[in-house]
Amino acid sequence: MTFSALTLHEASEKLRQREISSRELTEAVFQRIADTDETIHAYLTLARDAAMEQAKQADERLKQHETLTPLLGMPIAVKDNFLTRGLRTTCASKILGDFIPPYDATAVAKLRAGGAVIVGKTNLDEFAMGSSAENSAFFPTRNPWNPERIPGGSSGGSAAAVAADLCVAALGTDTGGSIRQPAACCGVVGLKPTYGRVSRYGVIAFASSMDQVGPLAKDVRDAALLLQAIAGHDPRDSTSATRAVPNYGDALNGDIKGLRIGVPKEYFVSAMQPEVDRQVRQAICQLANHGAIIEDISLPHTEYAVAVYYIVATAEASSNLARYDGMRFGHRADARDLSETYRFSRDQGFGAEVKRRIMLGTYVLSAGYYDAYYLKAQRVRRLIKEDFDHVFQQCDVIVTPTAPTTAFRIGEKTQDPLQMYLSDIYTISINLAGLPAISLPCGFDDAGMPIGLQIIGSHFDEATVLRVAHTYEQATDWHKKKPAL
Amino acid sequence: MKLNRADVQRVAVLARLHLSEHQEGELTTQLDAILDYMAKLNEIDTSKVEPFSHATDETNAFREDKVTNRPDAEALLANAPGRDGTFFKVPKIIE
Repeated sequence: MTFSALTLHEASEKLRQREISSRELTEAVFQRIADTDETIHAYLTLARDAAMEQAKQADERLKQHETLTPLLGMPIAVKDNFLTRGLRTTCASKILGDFIPPYDATAVAKLRAGGAVIVGKTNLDEFAMGSSAENSAFFPTRNPWNPERIPGGSSGGSAAAVAADLCVAALGTDTGGSIRQPAACCGVVGLKPTYGRVSRYGVIAFASSMDQVGPLAKDVRDAALLLQAIAGHDPRDSTSATRAVPNYGDALNGDIKGLRIGVPKEYFVSAMQPEVDRQVRQAICQLANHGAIIEDISLPHTEYAVAVYYIVATAEASSNLARYDGMRFGHRADARDLSETYRFSRDQGFGAEVKRRIMLGTYVLSAGYYDAYYLKAQRVRRLIKEDFDHVFQQCDVIVTPTAPTTAFRIGEKTQDPLQMYLSDIYTISINLAGLPAISLPCGFDDAGMPIGLQIIGSHFDEATVLRVAHTYEQATDWHKKKPAL
Repeated sequence: MKLNRADVQRVAVLARLHLSEHQEGELTTQLDAILDYMAKLNEIDTSKVEPFSHATDETNAFREDKVTNRPDAEALLANAPGRDGTFFKVPKIIE
């Protein structure tokens, strides 16, 4: 087994036992990248020199017998919508093609403080807008299980990097499924924490009422370790929660006896791929075998979630992306006057999907349409949230598929934006309600593509989500399967 | 039809986006289809439902009005598309 294939907790333990050094581990990861990333295209920017220096420092700290943090010396990949001081950050957009951030996002600063090694910046759909990583202005990322298929999106680069052992673990962001859906497509674990659990300071804004930072990892324990490192209040993000962060490791005790698991009938629809239906139902049976109580539940407003999401998210995006005006940073076009400078800079800098969403968001916020679309969507958003409130009075977690199908083919949905939006059908309600949810591997389809199981918890109950996920993972070995590269 | 080409042109002005004729046509078709799908929200009576805008119970966070970041003009100006010494250089704003 090569070092790059280790999980975070395995590698950390080997480091502690002095069986490996951070330099060896980091070198193994960069060797793996050199060998395979020409096929996968997970990374937009590599930080090899800085990473080797950080690895050296980690080994020094180890020699001095400092208290070891779990992230010390661990090579971690960061989605390219997190600001990284001195390291190019593009958000996969031409408008930020040569942007060098003057500061670190809080989540990145916490990784660094924990002694992590930043390997590089991973590819995404431009401004995190997409479900396939095809909307990157630079190149599409490919699925390690089959390079003809998408890795999911928008954190497609991070998910592919974890699946292909091009890092030990990674950071992503999730506004409508952007951690969980690529995790499902690539056969890794992806956790979207509760809205407010992790600071978004220094994360390039997409839809501010839903954006959330979270880990992509090789197993549930790794996801818990990474969440532990980045969770908590940040005075620089006024939406970050002040409540205490529990010890997530304590939750991984394998005990789900008497736990009530809700299975929503609206999530098991005919459009679902048969193998997804089969594997998720089998996973639910396995959870029942471990003593969980399975209850049929209803989330009646589920069918409206996609419409609500694409109104709310695009409205917020159109406002957030107004800052890209070609004045203080980013691309500026040659033009005759100020108005042309704005319009041409944005035309040249933004890709087709970003423009489409800015247009849609501007439209639903514009005079005469605000009440009919934006306000209407906010009202239905409350109904969706209340569906979950009711269910969590009778259940501890909800279990569903992460996506209706496994990874589709590159190019399959690029001509039909609405079809692309519908691939988020199982993940976006969770963002609208601000809940935590995880995706973890629960099998493969007939073509050998991974299937994701989604476990949704009530607000700030990541611990129970992790406990259920870990119990299932311990009973199966899907997470140990590796793509042949 | 939920929206036509003139709507797309009007919204493009509001969004400060330059669109080619081809893009205008394509966006008219695509946005119309998306808005048509969104009309399904009208199936629900929401006359008694309050809007929900933010999934957090945090209230506004105030802090002392103190400088917490150290000034680093050079790092900020390094990303400027145009600069003149320690100033951002921008196109003429007043005609």
